Amino acid sequence: MGEKILIAGNDAIAEAGIRAGCRSYFGYPITPQNELLEYMSAHMPKAGGAFVQAESEIGAIYMCYGASAAGGRTMTSSSSPGISLKLEGISYLAGCDLPCVIVNVARGGPGLGNIAPAQGDYFQATKGGGHGDYRMVVLAPATIPEATELTMLAFDLADKYWTPVLVLVDGVLGQMMEPVEFCEPVDPTTLPLKPWALTGAQGRPRNIVTSFFLDPHELSEINLKRQDRYRRIEAQEVRYEEFETGDATIVIAAYGTVARIAKTTVKLARNEGIKLGLLRPITLWPFPYAPFRALSNRVKTILTVEMSAGQMVEDVRLAVAERAETPFYGELGGIVPTPRGILREVRKYVSYDAENGQSF
Amino acid sequence: MSVMTPKMVKVFERPRSLADIEFTYCPGCHHGLITRIIAQVIDELGIQERTVVVGPVGCSVFVYQWFRCDGIQSAHGRACAVATGIKRVNPDLIVFTYQGDGDLAAIGTAESIHAANRGENITVIFINNQIYGMTGGQMAPTTLIGQWATSCPEGRDAGLAGYPIRFAEIVAQLDAPVYVTRQSLYDQKRIRATSRAIKKAFQYQVEGKGYSLVEILANCPTSWHMKPVESNRWIADEVVKVFPLGDLVDRG
Ligand SMILES: Cc1ncc(C[n+]2csc(CCOP(=O)(O)OP(=O)(O)O)c2C)c(N)n1
Repeated sequence: MGEKILIAGNDAIAEAGIRAGCRSYFGYPITPQNELLEYMSAHMPKAGGAFVQAESEIGAIYMCYGASAAGGRTMTSSSSPGISLKLEGISYLAGCDLPCVIVNVARGGPGLGNIAPAQGDYFQATKGGGHGDYRMVVLAPATIPEATELTMLAFDLADKYWTPVLVLVDGVLGQMMEPVEFCEPVDPTTLPLKPWALTGAQGRPRNIVTSFFLDPHELSEINLKRQDRYRRIEAQEVRYEEFETGDATIVIAAYGTVARIAKTTVKLARNEGIKLGLLRPITLWPFPYAPFRALSNRVKTILTVEMSAGQMVEDVRLAVAERAETPFYGELGGIVPTPRGILREVRKYVSYDAENGQSF
Repeated sequence: MSVMTPKMVKVFERPRSLADIEFTYCPGCHHGLITRIIAQVIDELGIQERTVVVGPVGCSVFVYQWFRCDGIQSAHGRACAVATGIKRVNPDLIVFTYQGDGDLAAIGTAESIHAANRGENITVIFINNQIYGMTGGQMAPTTLIGQWATSCPEGRDAGLAGYPIRFAEIVAQLDAPVYVTRQSLYDQKRIRATSRAIKKAFQYQVEGKGYSLVEILANCPTSWHMKPVESNRWIADEVVKVFPLGDLVDRG
């Protein structure tokens, strides 16, 4: 642990990547993630790593694909439209069981949308996006210190499960500054060697990295093995935060920037006597279905708040089934909900018991 | 007079770097010949243990199977980006891509040109057979004007589909490439020239000189609907008129 420094989200994520032992970065400029690429251009070479400003996001993801196959920790970043371009490559990474960390500093969409913060990429991140039966671990920090921790974790998970991992933030987290105390850097030479890495067929049979298997039985077997790995991830890697849920009658479900805002709403609501809590998924995949299920047995309402037209709410509803009401409040187009705006929404689901002076 | 038993001298053998796996190519196709030449060059330069093959999508999708070297499959068109990633992470490896004209000069145009323009220290083997072999004979960006293909049943019409793209010439305009050449295989002399060109391209990479492109005019008897001999004659008579042979750049 070192001193605390004031740093912007994009810079902090880049620094965390280097500290995680990442020694190659490939990217293409797009707002609001440009500072991440720029930070890498300055600091990756100093760390003895490779930096390439690629010809496109497609070029960048396939450079990562090659770099990962060669055995190194590698990373790329972009924002929504650029992530769309990377999806083919992400499917190939998953199909070859290659680790890679991808950062999406999401913006308004669809199409060119705008450069304001948004959460419209949840489906793309968690439900596939690219082709084929694959999954990708998705980490959604809500603060910049957490973004640095989760970026470092992303590299560990990618290497542990041989899978691409997405760190999903938005323009707010990318651009704002917070004090951060970074973890000690990892020395990449101390990381476990990857037996499948393309290091030259010297003293061992050749290694081949491919997702191409013409025999249906062979492909099926390889896919099933990967699915087993996904089940292990679901069993072991679910992360979430519960805030003031102990006595809550109503709970907000929110992630990332919105969860951070919703924490203020919880405090405002509690000042009014409303027993409001927050359940914040940290891993969007694997999704914390069980905590939501548990909560749904004892609260009346789970209100999902997103900067989207309603995407994560589908997973909340899947977990809750009909055990609690599951309304949704969303802002679109890059509009960021305010603590009081969310509170107004919360009040709609609170009845006031005048006799006891209690809200429930 | 004593009878001398003639001493047997081996004059021809399978290159060590060529794996003992059957090709999936059609009879008479040049792909197999090129594969063998590359394996021979890898042997001659003694780089088998540090070579990585980057395969394309196309008839040569299994190219990594045929070398006793590490290999990786790439998405259609992205081989030069994949090679960039490998080489940047481990510059001691000898990295080459093997790509068809659809792969390199249509869907992969951006990756192909920019790897060349960055002067990546890789070797690009470009098989220009003027057709999309693997998907059944559709028009390629290199298909000749008037040439029949399944997706230009009246022959390639320049008004609709433009002209055959001369990729080697495009790359030769750039400042970074050290070696850009176009070769063919239609007779013994050309085969030997192609071998020399491929060897030079790999040699430059070994010496750290930078990017090389070896474009090879290849045949596709199946999709051209020609006998192999006819296809060789077609290249000698017609294809070379559109795609002139020879070195375009040699800064080695
Ligand atoms: C993204 C994508 N688009 C299309 C295809 C289908 N496809 C496979 S090979 C090929 C053309 C290959 O032609 P070429 O590169 O000229 O090689 P050849 O087969 O002639 O050797 C196409 C279009 C694919 N695999 N991936």
